[in-house]
Amino acid sequence: MIQTTQLSKKYGQAEVLNIESLEIPKGQSFGLVGNNGAGKTTYFNILLDLIRPTTGSIINNEITVNQSEDWKTFTGSFIDESFLIGYLTPEEYFEFVGDLRGMNKADVKSFLAQFEEFFSGEILEKKKYLRDLSKGNQKKAGIIAAMMGNPQVVILDEPFANLDPTTQIRLKKILKTLTDDKEVTVLVSSHDLSHVTEVCERIVVLDKGNVVKDIATSKETLQELERYFSV
Amino acid sequence: MIRHFLRLEKKQFFRSSYWQKSIFLNILIGLFALYFMVSFLIIGIGGYFIIQDQFPDKDPLMLVNSFLLFAIVGDLVFRYIMQKLPVINIKPFLILPIKKSKIVHFILIKSSFSFFNIMGLFFYIPFSVVLINQGYDTIGVLGWLATMILLIQSVNFLNFLINKNTVVFGVLLTLLIGGYLIQHYEVFNLAAFVGQGFDFVYQNPLFVIVFIALLVVLYALNYSQLRKEVYLDAIISEKTKEANTSDLSFADRLGDLAPFIKNDLRLMWRNKRTKSGIWMLAVGLGYGLIFYTQDVYANIEVIFVLVGVFSTGTFLINFGQFIPAWDSSYYNMLMSQNFKYERYLKSKFTIMAISVVVLFVLGIPYVYFGWKVLAVHFAAMIYNIGVNSHVILYGGTFNRKKINLDEKAAFNFQGTGTVQWLIGFPLMLLPMGLFALISWLVSFEIATVVLAALGFIGIALHKKMMRAITNLYIKNKYKMIHAFNQEN
Repeated sequence: MIQTTQLSKKYGQAEVLNIESLEIPKGQSFGLVGNNGAGKTTYFNILLDLIRPTTGSIINNEITVNQSEDWKTFTGSFIDESFLIGYLTPEEYFEFVGDLRGMNKADVKSFLAQFEEFFSGEILEKKKYLRDLSKGNQKKAGIIAAMMGNPQVVILDEPFANLDPTTQIRLKKILKTLTDDKEVTVLVSSHDLSHVTEVCERIVVLDKGNVVKDIATSKETLQELERYFSV
Repeated sequence: MIRHFLRLEKKQFFRSSYWQKSIFLNILIGLFALYFMVSFLIIGIGGYFIIQDQFPDKDPLMLVNSFLLFAIVGDLVFRYIMQKLPVINIKPFLILPIKKSKIVHFILIKSSFSFFNIMGLFFYIPFSVVLINQGYDTIGVLGWLATMILLIQSVNFLNFLINKNTVVFGVLLTLLIGGYLIQHYEVFNLAAFVGQGFDFVYQNPLFVIVFIALLVVLYALNYSQLRKEVYLDAIISEKTKEANTSDLSFADRLGDLAPFIKNDLRLMWRNKRTKSGIWMLAVGLGYGLIFYTQDVYANIEVIFVLVGVFSTGTFLINFGQFIPAWDSSYYNMLMSQNFKYERYLKSKFTIMAISVVVLFVLGIPYVYFGWKVLAVHFAAMIYNIGVNSHVILYGGTFNRKKINLDEKAAFNFQGTGTVQWLIGFPLMLLPMGLFALISWLVSFEIATVVLAALGFIGIALHKKMMRAITNLYIKNKYKMIHAFNQEN
């Protein structure tokens, strides 16, 4: 589904990302871990064509992302709060994104109904603008918006950060059902090792821009990762 | 302690990416300030002699005094529109061992040195020097000068109170209207009465004390108000207002542009920056009244073009020059959403075109000043839609400045770059120059027709131009994303 070849990103002399080759098959739940500055967000930003790679490219479902915009039709994403339009209410925001993804009002409504539990009454019909919601609640809205319109690829940067424990558990459930039938490819980055090992079937560790580990998740994965990072 | 604050202020000023990036703009503002200072200085030095020359039977100081009321009220109105409340980012200081009262005093005293307060001194000080030179009583003049300085400072603090408190603003507005009516119907010569007050201060300099007391009271009021707000929840609670969702389904008729247009409407209603810009529309629309009511201008046809382009295009100019910076805070998201760039720009174009037509319709009463005015306005409307809207969208490709939607508008240069200034010239001057030339060479009628024809040509080429502009936007996409990610 997503092929990365000879991808690198340099700022002046400093190289922040260098991935020789990385292939993510369709339907995989893929986790990206690494310390601060490892290049996780840079990778996602290149994947979303928000920054240009210095060399190489990413092909998302046969579309080279920095050459055509057609990947946008099947890719949903949430990186940070800058993906929210602060002066809209959550309902209006969902309606806006839904509009762009070919959903009508009724579609949006029935789509949101599935996530009532996830929102736990904090998002909808609160008469608040997105900018006035707490960080965690903003994140909830952004994550759900990324899943609108049946995307084939969902990209979430640090989805667990800022969420309360209950919501973290609910989010894990949502992500698992999303990848259940092996149709949707999910890319998640996180600092929390236990969360990613729980959700992802494959975990890639980045360090200073390089892939240093590529593991198929098993029972031992968490210990292996903890050992790696406890230096 | 103060030293720390000052050092931080200095660093904030010089290290803001805003300062570093827009040297041109800073120079421009600097020149603007210099212009004001020099003209005030010249009036200050020469004012005495000019008055003596023009009104030989009047005492210059008393004449100035009788106009001071207007100066003070004008100053207040000017400040209300232009001057921003003094802000420093207090959050980081709250947890440090600094007394809250100190923070508040610093903010208030800092505001005393604002450009608005210093500007007036360039008039009052040289004027006073000339007065003393001309044999006026030194102590009296000094008392008068001190009164002026105290008044400027008082207006400074009064303005903050008005800004924060709608009740005070309401009271002031009624006083202003009342005063105007009294003056206008000559019930009572208010300005002269106030002027006599200032004459009295000159004769009895001790009465400066009254103005010191006034300043102290205003300062204290400001202090007690601000002191209450040096808490996080005070800052926050001010922000969360209940969301008002209005039904914008009428926009659905615009087809696939609807979601963007609805967003733009919400953008305008719900953010400080845009909201305070909305009343600029009224100013723009009424712009013609300044000229058409004066006989000097009423017969200069080029002025019709200026007013026509400006009054039908205020929204176009105010809104258009910041495309796509309005969406800068969520530009990342837009760029990864499922739509074509052309659709986004098309929605901006549509909203501008609609505004131009609406403003023209609202301006139809200008026909009172003659059919020629309306004809030129009509041509200007077409020109705005066909030419200026495209020019301004083109200018947007150079936009590299993030806009913080929560800040006030007037004299807020955030988001303006060199191009925003340069683009103003073709928008106004080109049609004016062209019109003047043709109407001089041929006739008024032909000049009007040419103006409209240019607009129609622009409309005919709309698709082509939009495609070219869209390509430019796509080419500049990464630079914009990068720039919009930078805080100012």
